[in-house]
Amino acid sequence: MVLARWWRTRIPRYRLIGAQCKSCGRAHYPPRKACPYCGSTELEQVMLPRRGILESYTVVQSIPGDTRFQAPIIVGLVRLENGVRLVAELTDVQPEELKLGLEVEATMRRIREDGDNGTIMYGLKFRPILGKS
Amino acid sequence: MKVTSGKAGIHGWGGYVPRYRLPTKEIARVWGWPDHQYKGLNVSHKSVDGPDEDSTTMGFEAAYNALLRAKIDPSLIGAVFFGSESKVYAVKPSATLIAEMIGATPETMASDLEFACRAGSEGLRASLALVSSGMVKYALAVGSDTAQAEPGDVLEFTASSGAAAFIVGPAEGAAAIVEYSYTYVTDTPDFWRRAEKPYPRHGEGFTGEPAYFAHIMGAVKGLFKKTGLKPEDFDYAIFHQPNGKFPVRVAQRLGFTYEQVERGLVTPMIGNTYNASALLGLVRVLDVAKPGQRILLAPFGSGAGSDAYSIIVTDEIVEKQKLAPALDDYINRKLEVDYATYTRFRRILTMLARG
Ligand SMILES: [Zn+2]
Repeated sequence: MVLARWWRTRIPRYRLIGAQCKSCGRAHYPPRKACPYCGSTELEQVMLPRRGILESYTVVQSIPGDTRFQAPIIVGLVRLENGVRLVAELTDVQPEELKLGLEVEATMRRIREDGDNGTIMYGLKFRPILGKS
Repeated sequence: MKVTSGKAGIHGWGGYVPRYRLPTKEIARVWGWPDHQYKGLNVSHKSVDGPDEDSTTMGFEAAYNALLRAKIDPSLIGAVFFGSESKVYAVKPSATLIAEMIGATPETMASDLEFACRAGSEGLRASLALVSSGMVKYALAVGSDTAQAEPGDVLEFTASSGAAAFIVGPAEGAAAIVEYSYTYVTDTPDFWRRAEKPYPRHGEGFTGEPAYFAHIMGAVKGLFKKTGLKPEDFDYAIFHQPNGKFPVRVAQRLGFTYEQVERGLVTPMIGNTYNASALLGLVRVLDVAKPGQRILLAPFGSGAGSDAYSIIVTDEIVEKQKLAPALDDYINRKLEVDYATYTRFRRILTMLARG
């Protein structure tokens, strides 16, 4: 079930593709069937900008099971350059380096894996912009 | 000098090095090695992949940087080759993952290649052949490794992580044209890893002279003979870099100066990135190369084989240098980690429940 759902949604996750509303003009991510702002179903897929600003974050130290190797896991609210907000994991950053307004960019990472005998799921996380950290 | 005019070249190049660095003196501290036993390797730090990184994620970022420089529609890529000895699946191609991530699917060839540290270079040769024959417009060759080494083995001082990628296309519009390439392989038992074993082994007595030196010199001399080129015809010379001393020594034996080799030497700073080793040297050279300069590239893989390439830089390079991060942006982005953190990131720490 998890594998099938992950596979169906891999393209937006791999390429940071969102949806733009033809009615109100606003974009969102991940892409949904209807615009979350005006309800219109007239949407088109758009490649979102890969850079943004960290608006909020939380650090989770206690990680169960397979993903513990990645501890601590940092989840951030990122506002992309075009204003779209999304929730994503942060990486290549130490908790003490975190601050609101940090400039971040998308990078491909392992998100989770189904044990050591299952599939590996990839997607975009965000890291401090190269050369600015 | 008689050089055949190359029909294909590099339209985009990209590198990737993870953020974390393990100092070799920290490895020596843990295993009780005196200075004289490892300082001769001439490697100060090795790059370590973070806990959410692997050969696929690093290969993707190198390919993405190459695509930024190539400025092409990724759907025009007709072949994707992924060279690695640290594939994340024993069976399931990494090439399709990267092809899908960059948007080259579904109309493309895609396969993973294995030839110890030389598979990425074989992918480059195959890409050049496919483009030269007209079968595909563009091809992507990636070399990426999170190199394995048994804890406490001499290989642990150098085995590191990184990726390099090249978009190959027609000579017209290329940033660098490959004017000639030549390959030299034999069956040599210098280094191997059996199926389902976690760490490779090396055959003492075979690793230096009969493997590295014999094959690289065979390939470069073969290229010299076929083209009439000489060491002084090249501005840069880049060799596979299992450590910091072998590439300098092989250059010297072939008649190159240290000045020709220096820019392409990356292993002293980040260790041996296996399939990315010599290719990252090429990335670092292309980041600064000037139109008209000629580059010699000679990757090597155990088992064993080497390729020698003669590459001419064109006017197109200047604009492309600015379109993606330089390799030094990654090399300079570094955070030192201790041995304990390294064992966790690399999953050498095996007591942890893995569900
Ligand atoms: Zn709307």
